[in-house]
Amino acid sequence: MTKAGTGPGLTVAQADTPAPAAQLPRRRGVELALILMAVLLSVFGYCNVGLARHDALPPGAAGYGAGLGVLALLAHLAVRLRAPYADPLLLPIGVLLNGLGLVLIYRLDLETPGDRAAPAQLVWSTLGVGLFIVVVLLLRDHRVLQRYAYVCVAAALALLIVPIFFPAVNGARIWVRIEDFSIQPGEFAKVLLAVFFAAYLAANRSALAYAGRRVWRLQLPTGRVLGPIVAVWLVSVGVLVLERDLGTSLLFFGLFVVLLYVATGRTGWIAVGLVLASLGAVAVGWLEPHVHSRVEDWLHPFASIEAGDGPGQLAQSLFAFAAGGVTGTGLGLGHSVLIGFAVKSDFILATAGEELGFLGLTAVFLLYGLLVERGYRAALAARDPFGRLLAVGLSSIVALQVFVIAGGVTGLIPLTGMAMPFLAQGGSSVVTNWAIVALLIRVSHAARRGTPA
Amino acid sequence: MTRHIRHAAVFCALLLVALVVNAARVQIVQAPQYDGNPANRRPDIARYQQPRGDILVGGKAVTGSRDTGEHLRFERTYANGPMYAPVTGFASQAYGTTFLEHAEDGLLSGADPMLAPLPLWNDVTGAQNPGGDVVTTIDGAAQRAAFEGLDGRKGAVAAIEPATGRILALVSTPSYDPQLLSGNSAAAARTWNRLNDDPDKPMLNRAVSRTYPPGSTFKVVTAAAALDAGVVRDLDAPTRSPDPYTLPGTRTTLTNEADGCRDASLREAFEWSCNTVFAKLGADVGVADMTAMAEAFGFNDDGLRVPFPVARSTFDSSVDRAQLGLASIGQYNTRATPLQMATVAAAVANGGQARSPYLVERTLRAGGSLVAAAGSRPSHEVMRPSTAALLKELMTGVVERGTGSNAAIPGATVGGKTGTAQHGVGNSGTPYAWFVSWARGDGDLEPKVAVAVVVEGSAADRGGISGGGLAAPIARAVMEAVLGGVRQRALTGEVPDW
Repeated sequence: MTKAGTGPGLTVAQADTPAPAAQLPRRRGVELALILMAVLLSVFGYCNVGLARHDALPPGAAGYGAGLGVLALLAHLAVRLRAPYADPLLLPIGVLLNGLGLVLIYRLDLETPGDRAAPAQLVWSTLGVGLFIVVVLLLRDHRVLQRYAYVCVAAALALLIVPIFFPAVNGARIWVRIEDFSIQPGEFAKVLLAVFFAAYLAANRSALAYAGRRVWRLQLPTGRVLGPIVAVWLVSVGVLVLERDLGTSLLFFGLFVVLLYVATGRTGWIAVGLVLASLGAVAVGWLEPHVHSRVEDWLHPFASIEAGDGPGQLAQSLFAFAAGGVTGTGLGLGHSVLIGFAVKSDFILATAGEELGFLGLTAVFLLYGLLVERGYRAALAARDPFGRLLAVGLSSIVALQVFVIAGGVTGLIPLTGMAMPFLAQGGSSVVTNWAIVALLIRVSHAARRGTPA
Repeated sequence: MTRHIRHAAVFCALLLVALVVNAARVQIVQAPQYDGNPANRRPDIARYQQPRGDILVGGKAVTGSRDTGEHLRFERTYANGPMYAPVTGFASQAYGTTFLEHAEDGLLSGADPMLAPLPLWNDVTGAQNPGGDVVTTIDGAAQRAAFEGLDGRKGAVAAIEPATGRILALVSTPSYDPQLLSGNSAAAARTWNRLNDDPDKPMLNRAVSRTYPPGSTFKVVTAAAALDAGVVRDLDAPTRSPDPYTLPGTRTTLTNEADGCRDASLREAFEWSCNTVFAKLGADVGVADMTAMAEAFGFNDDGLRVPFPVARSTFDSSVDRAQLGLASIGQYNTRATPLQMATVAAAVANGGQARSPYLVERTLRAGGSLVAAAGSRPSHEVMRPSTAALLKELMTGVVERGTGSNAAIPGATVGGKTGTAQHGVGNSGTPYAWFVSWARGDGDLEPKVAVAVVVEGSAADRGGISGGGLAAPIARAVMEAVLGGVRQRALTGEVPDW
């Protein structure tokens, strides 16, 4: 373990940490202005839907705007109070994406009068912002989380295992459903696992980087540190097989490989990770019928049409994106509801693509890109390895998740059920994403504050 | 570590770029292909998201639209669907459109660029125009008289205004209710299958899509040819025709139902429908002149649109003299749609001038402004005016003294011609009863209506099938309805709606 002659983690981390930056401007005013713009944009979209559909402003426009505005302002006040140096873009992006998601869900509710999802989503958004405020206010220093790494991983595993005991919903065993109330524990597990990975790698990265045998050009790790990694790989495959949730397992594994690479700088790890991931994916893709059919759908999205069974979900999704063209049909005027099941959750992006067009869709992608970029910026500015790895992990969760689901519904990669961060219907997802933003705010605040903590 | 964080960031950026590039592929490059996929319902949804324009008869819509609240939102409804089905056709979400619904679909659905307020306006704004209305030439009273006259028997009626070519009635029975086909439900599918399996073919538009042997009604054409060619100059001179008549070059003899056809004059032969006389006349006129006359009336024309296409009526020009004799009495390969035979009567009534029949008076935007009006259709001379005058005399005689007495209308001059057409192998089929006629009210300057009626007899009344018995009363009812309407408008001083 001490082959390189260094102590555990921290010493090395300080070695390549940038010199403490000069105190940066707080920019809370910028944040407030951006938040107001985000709220106004959301209200504009809401009114746009009403005008397009009924030639009248929707009755709840003022209330909706006020509600979103108050939530955003409370979040802003919390940041102003306890994280005044935080990156001023993170919170407005969250507000805008969440507001846009509410508009899209409200718009789709018009097509399914018997099944309204927007009110519940608003409640979950409120809970999410509440959690955001709690995290920002109470978590004075993100490094505290390092202490709870093993609590986190235990909780994450428990959350992942619980749904196995509940009935499968549409082929995936990822729900805990009690009466009408259902949550997706896997969503929360993402953040907990990110904390664990960050803490574990921050502590052991030198051992992982320098210990072990060298085979050809690959530096292999010792068995002692390999154990937890194999365990994580098994968990991913277990999730895949037991819960039939290809997306989540892909996300976990991708997250782990990225963090491993960032922590150790060893491309060998990536090679090992990719080989293991491909082996798992190929095996499951062939053996598991649910996953296998997803791959078939991806390769031949119009096969069901040729077979005379009408278009499948992916075909309908592609039709929706195509119908949007460059400028889109306008909010409220598309027909993405033809996708049917999961149009408000996994396929929410198709509505954005059809009604906002390629330009609107690109804008949404850029918002995500900006969110990830600000997260990485916080990672670069952070001075402690745990903070850096945590910021990288959380940002990568967002990036990977957006890629997996957006790539899935646009036919870039096989479709796997996953929530579009902030946009999609789904309480667990919204709450989790607000937690991610809150943690990024904390890391960013610590990084940008001039004096070391 | 900083370097590796940057690498990871670049990786995330690459993922983002992949998403944007792929979105461009789907939304821009392959979009036309996806938009055009037959399984993509968006074009249908756009088509049915607004009420369809209406088809109007006598200022009143005979169609409507019903908001179903479904994906394909508006469904077609019909008032008096079975009666107007040969005019309107159907507009089905599952089975497409027919007849006027088809021919004027662009206008009715709102897709016609002529409906746009400004050229290219909709291409810029992406807006869709409300559907326009189609005003027909149909006379509601005449249509009803024809429909009720046929009374569900297999047959068809076509009526035309001789001076203009406006189609006043277009009826085919047995009919069907097009509204039952409007939606895309299982019920619509059942109706569709039932109608297609029905041996009586209720969806067949017998007035324009089916040709019948015209039988003796074709003698109007033969008489016109004989008079125009100078083969006959005096209606009352004996025609020196034998009875029975042996078809030239064969041993087949032709007889008559009526007596006294030997050496009959053209007038007597026309009034009593002597086959022998007209077969010989046709042979005497010759194939060239007979064909020319038939084609002047509109036979052998497969380009007629009213605006939906009308089946080609045929007069075979590659015949020997015996076949020509049969063809000249409306048998052999001579076939005509009821609309064609109405056109024949109309040309006679209009002094030898034929006008192409049409069904659409004008088309309107949703606001009522004019899109297009039926311009005055060119007329062409079918026969000399003197020939037409003689033919009118002959046809009037049929109704006053001959086989067509059932068509007589008090207070009007009516000219007609009966026909009972044989068909089938060895004439085994149940004959078709025909009547073609025109009528002029005593107060009118010119004939106001020309009509053709065909009734397919059933096996039960085979013995009594005759044009005068079955078809003439229906023609009379239609003519009375038109003349009654004309008279009423004259009395009330109402300006007619065209």
